[in-house]
Amino acid sequence: MTFRTTMAFRLVLLAGLAASPALAQENENPLPEKQAWSFAGPLGKYNTAQLQRGYQVYREVCSNCHSMHFLSFRNLSDAGGPSFSDGQVKALAASYKVQDGPNDSGDMFERAGRASDPFPQPFANEQAARAANGGALPPDMSVLAKARDIEGAWYSFLLGPFSTYQEQGVDYIHALLNGYSETPKGFTLPSGKYYNEYFPGHAISMPKPLNDGQVDYSDGSPKTVDQYAHDVSAFLAWTSEPKLNQRKNMGFNAIVFLIVFASLLYAVKRRIWAGLHDVSGTPIDHAAE
Amino acid sequence: MSGPSTYVPQNGFLRWFESRLPIIGLVHSSFIAFPNPRNLNYFWTFGGILAFMLIEQIVTGLVLAMHYTPESSMAFASVEHIMRDVNYGWLLRYLHANGATMFFIAVYIHIARNLYYGSYKAPREILFILGVIIFLLMMATAFMGYVLPWGQMSFWGAKVITSLFSAIPFVGDSITTWLWGGYSVGNATLNRFFALHYLMPFMILGVVVLHIWALHIPGSNNPVGVEVKSQKDTLPFHPYFTVKDAFSLVCFMVVFAYFVFYAPNYFGHSDNYIEANPLVTPAHIVPEWYFLPYYAMLRAVPSKLGGVCALFGSILLLAFLPWLDTSRVRSSNFRPVYRAFLFLFFATVIGLGYCGSQEPVGSVVVWSEILTAWYFIHLLIVLPLLGFFETPRKMPASITEAVLGPKGASAAMVGARAAAEPSVKG
Repeated sequence: MTFRTTMAFRLVLLAGLAASPALAQENENPLPEKQAWSFAGPLGKYNTAQLQRGYQVYREVCSNCHSMHFLSFRNLSDAGGPSFSDGQVKALAASYKVQDGPNDSGDMFERAGRASDPFPQPFANEQAARAANGGALPPDMSVLAKARDIEGAWYSFLLGPFSTYQEQGVDYIHALLNGYSETPKGFTLPSGKYYNEYFPGHAISMPKPLNDGQVDYSDGSPKTVDQYAHDVSAFLAWTSEPKLNQRKNMGFNAIVFLIVFASLLYAVKRRIWAGLHDVSGTPIDHAAE
Repeated sequence: MSGPSTYVPQNGFLRWFESRLPIIGLVHSSFIAFPNPRNLNYFWTFGGILAFMLIEQIVTGLVLAMHYTPESSMAFASVEHIMRDVNYGWLLRYLHANGATMFFIAVYIHIARNLYYGSYKAPREILFILGVIIFLLMMATAFMGYVLPWGQMSFWGAKVITSLFSAIPFVGDSITTWLWGGYSVGNATLNRFFALHYLMPFMILGVVVLHIWALHIPGSNNPVGVEVKSQKDTLPFHPYFTVKDAFSLVCFMVVFAYFVFYAPNYFGHSDNYIEANPLVTPAHIVPEWYFLPYYAMLRAVPSKLGGVCALFGSILLLAFLPWLDTSRVRSSNFRPVYRAFLFLFFATVIGLGYCGSQEPVGSVVVWSEILTAWYFIHLLIVLPLLGFFETPRKMPASITEAVLGPKGASAAMVGARAAAEPSVKG
């Protein structure tokens, strides 16, 4: 009875909300398509080969403009990440020149990079980055995949909690990288901007970054924009959530444990309360025991 | 927590100790022998769940504080340091962030149960008012906690909420400057919010002790709303309610774990993964979900001061519920008209929450205004009048009768004499 009344009221409320046009806002941008990410869902895991390819795309293309403050070379050999070998990471870091110092005579000096060094910055400061990019600041990519979201339909807040799919930000990045097209007729593009279907407002400052054949994969994966976009989006998912494998693995164990524990407690509860709901039921008088 | 304890120390040391500090007796009478109405349903397990959540938040928060840096140029990076380099730092942070959400889910269920079963009525007014104080402290704590990661939503949320105080006539601007520790939200603000965010959970803990104390004087209300009349109406807290609370708590933890491990950022806002930037205003500033109904009320009133009054009034008014509700019947099960109005009230709050999450344009504004008006009409007009006009249903004579039926109640009376036989059901 109670439950039905509640539901009836909720339905009336929801129907009222649905009927009002402003709440069912038309989305100006098309919704990015859901991709089949290996790391989505309760048992999801990063694909090591994909992360390695994604890093290659980042290093050869994105890193020319986009910094990655919170990552160091050593992270590239972390478990659950691209899992390069320690030797590979050392060699990679050593291929960069890093400014260090001051030394004992007070001078800054250049040395080869070490695994513990952070990823090099493409620009010395924000002003330099803006000056080189027509006034726009390329965002730091460390947590970019978690800093982007997709606004779903108005009822999505009801469904969201029941979906383990949390890769909306990754989908958006993938869609954006594939979203460059000719400026449609009637759309006035400000100078120095590029048309992108998925970018809010459509006028993006970043020119189309990826083209077919641009990055030379060594593992035989297709050298297409879509493949690059997939790989680099997956890599950005990892940089923003590096402990995802550990989290999902632990979560599965924790939830199985809790469900078993709850079942046992329920059995104990049933036994302790047995008989108290029917006529014969009499509480045990603990004071008299 | 009230009256002399029935605890009997088992050995000489405990007798010696108990005669000097009767704390074991206190625990015994509060959490072991404490008589609870036997007909409590699972909605009564949320008190225990809330106590667990408070402790969980304090423990995870304590460890996070060891790794966090409350300095405006380092705060965001220190949170990322926790997520990346601290052992299980991601787990601690996700537990703490989602713990706040689960804390509020539990407290809203706890409050809804209170309203449905009329638990705020005499003799539990003080217990209820202490609950409202805890709720206010929780909101302040959660708000300040959300500022600490120093993301865009942290910064702009802090800016919007602290700016509310500037609506106070004459002294508003001075108060806002004083709160900020400067002329805008900045490092001084972050620092003091961190200090207060660390302090307030312990204030909550103190009020929780009073809340439990005030609960243990009259004892729990129950789904029937009839006071306990004899020992038959009750069961000792242990083992009956410890096991029931434990089962409920573990079920709650399954939901908690689901969010922590599988949707840890679902309740957050993606903009909070962008470091705070005073020069860039986010397209759409929204508070955490548990503040959305109040945020909608704030925006529904056209004047800033009026909005602030609606915001604070909506919560402070709750403290007067025991006197606004003129009916002497507690449980909604016996108040069909009140029950219908109460569900409408719940729907109003949910609707306000939805309006709060949307941009304030078009019908969202109209709906916010209608629902805000109804929120206050319900509390200030419907509740006082209903007590005079509504005819409640016939209530059972006692809790035992409600559980076992009129026949069962007399049978239980017979059974009570035979209770010494231990093997009734295994």
